[in-house]
Amino acid sequence: MVLYFVFVLGIGFALKRYMKTSKDFFQAGRALPAWICGLAFISANLGAQEVIGMGASGAKYGLETAHFYGIGAIPAMIFVGIFMMPFYYGSKARSVPEFLRLRFDEKTRALNACSFAVMTVFSSGISMYAMARLIQTLHVFDGLFHAMGRPAGDIFTFSIVLSAIIVLGYIFLGGLTSAIYNEVLQFFLIIAGFLPLVLLGLRNVGGWAGLKATLPVAYMHQWKGVMHSSTNPMGIEIFGLAMGLGFVLGSGYWCTDFLVIQTAMASKDMDSARRVPLIAAIPKMLFPFLVILPGLLAIALPTPHTVETVTKNADGSIIHNIQVVSLQVEQGKGIVPAKINPVTGQPMLTASGQPLLDYDMATPNMLLHYFPTGILGLGLTALLASFMSGMAGNVTAFNTVFTYDLYQSYIHKGASDRHYLAVGRWATVGGILLSIATAYAAINFNNIMDTLQLVFSFVNAPLFATFLLGMFWKRATGHGAFTGLIAGTLTALLHHGLTLPIEAHPGIHGGWITVVHHYPSDMAQNFWGAIFAFSVNFLVTVVVSLATKPKPESELVGLVHSLTPKPAQHHLAWWQKPETLGIAILIGAIALNIFFA
Amino acid sequence: MSLDLRLPMGLMFTLVGIILVAFGLATNGNTELYARSLGINANLWWGLVLLGFGLIMFQLGRRGQKRSANLPPPEPGTTEVRRGH
Repeated sequence: MVLYFVFVLGIGFALKRYMKTSKDFFQAGRALPAWICGLAFISANLGAQEVIGMGASGAKYGLETAHFYGIGAIPAMIFVGIFMMPFYYGSKARSVPEFLRLRFDEKTRALNACSFAVMTVFSSGISMYAMARLIQTLHVFDGLFHAMGRPAGDIFTFSIVLSAIIVLGYIFLGGLTSAIYNEVLQFFLIIAGFLPLVLLGLRNVGGWAGLKATLPVAYMHQWKGVMHSSTNPMGIEIFGLAMGLGFVLGSGYWCTDFLVIQTAMASKDMDSARRVPLIAAIPKMLFPFLVILPGLLAIALPTPHTVETVTKNADGSIIHNIQVVSLQVEQGKGIVPAKINPVTGQPMLTASGQPLLDYDMATPNMLLHYFPTGILGLGLTALLASFMSGMAGNVTAFNTVFTYDLYQSYIHKGASDRHYLAVGRWATVGGILLSIATAYAAINFNNIMDTLQLVFSFVNAPLFATFLLGMFWKRATGHGAFTGLIAGTLTALLHHGLTLPIEAHPGIHGGWITVVHHYPSDMAQNFWGAIFAFSVNFLVTVVVSLATKPKPESELVGLVHSLTPKPAQHHLAWWQKPETLGIAILIGAIALNIFFA
Repeated sequence: MSLDLRLPMGLMFTLVGIILVAFGLATNGNTELYARSLGINANLWWGLVLLGFGLIMFQLGRRGQKRSANLPPPEPGTTEVRRGH
């Protein structure tokens, strides 16, 4: 583990020499090869919520979770590579908000830049909090702290400070290049840590067939019962799934979030930039095995129970050997423990009286269950790496957007490049300090986390409509985009206030205005909210655009599809073209879906 | 960028591999330790896999660096031509 940290910081130091201009720092000099950017592209997203969350969903919903990949990510990644990257990369914009300024106007950019900057800081704080909490729960450092004579409560602070220093160190020194290099390193580390886990787990339950035999049928089929919401574990029907996840949420994330787009924009030329999301899609197709299967396996394992074995010693004395299993574990399912109410110490129950399971512990418990000392260190490092890669992506996205879109545009215009480079470095420090503050705020107000994530989902849901109209409809105007975005966010808010998933109480889960509709699950509520927000944004943008004056066409060259010359591809053979790669990946993804139908 | 990522990455996985293999060899036959990994010496085997991966990466990086050392460094303007519009 220590070795990994040394290497991470070493890369930062090695790259420091190359960081001479702000372009080097914020955009990695636009000189990286496509495969590195491609791996960083998914690794930036492979943060805490991915590794822990997908394992948790795997345990909760079964193989249907793979839809997040098959529907939610792959098509969107192909779309951004083939259709949208020419505008991002070709427009010479340095960030996604800057693209919005070029295409629309200043206020749309300011809105996007502000909400994005706030979001990145908070999400990296939440990531930090989740990591520290996890390290504390796993009790892996307890011995070390005991030996040093410190209380176990210090572990939380220790994990936060340590991860902050490391991420800060390598970004401060090496900027985006260093963040991208480390993301690639983390990518391989995550595979190195989780692949043996899946292999061991599968071997234990008797391979794929054994896993199938132990779990209910619906868990092992991706598409079974998808036509109606009551017949599949996730409780969502095909239209909501395809539109909500595939079209609105998935595309909104992969096509507009600067967190992932920045890695593609760092590549060395247009062909590489377009290939980045496509290269990223290949491992993405196979990732369900790595992150979802541990969750499924955790549920499939036998639940531990308290057992009492009696042995007689040679001298006739009787030894009772009781293997006590805590209530938390016994009430769980497989090795997924039940959630314990911190006040009463009893397992929490759902509305129907079943114990509420702490699905987030599925993947971490699998690590502890299967790995002996030695490789366990590797597994835990992989887990930490996943937290840090998510954090680092947020931090680099934050410093770029802050420096280019807020500082350079509104606070201090026209300073020297050196000055902006320094600002970028200090923005990194500031961003990380704010993240730490968020992490500590999350201890005291546990609901803050859920609330923040909810608010982000309101802001993000309508975004894709704005970009879609901006890139493919030359008539769309700045006023239209701005009002559309606000209307879309308000719609998401309103939708959340008026609906409630079954088995939830009004409040943070929705229905805080009044409940007019019940959804079968929170997923369904989420997807439909996004669909409404998207549609409203789309309509409002169109209507307002038609009523306002468009930008002259000469200003939109390179920003809108119909006014942009096709990227030159004569130097590429047919099999080198991004389109060919895109189609091949699509076929691969469909094949996987049919296989697991 | 003159730092090829494959070099440090190869080096790191090689070292991790060596450590795991060494630990695996030292604890080989310790049935208690490996009971949780189904009696398989996970350290030894996975260490070997990582060692192989690290060495391959390191070699690839070395070859790439040699090749770029033999070629004259490209003029700063030449990559611009291939860029799209």
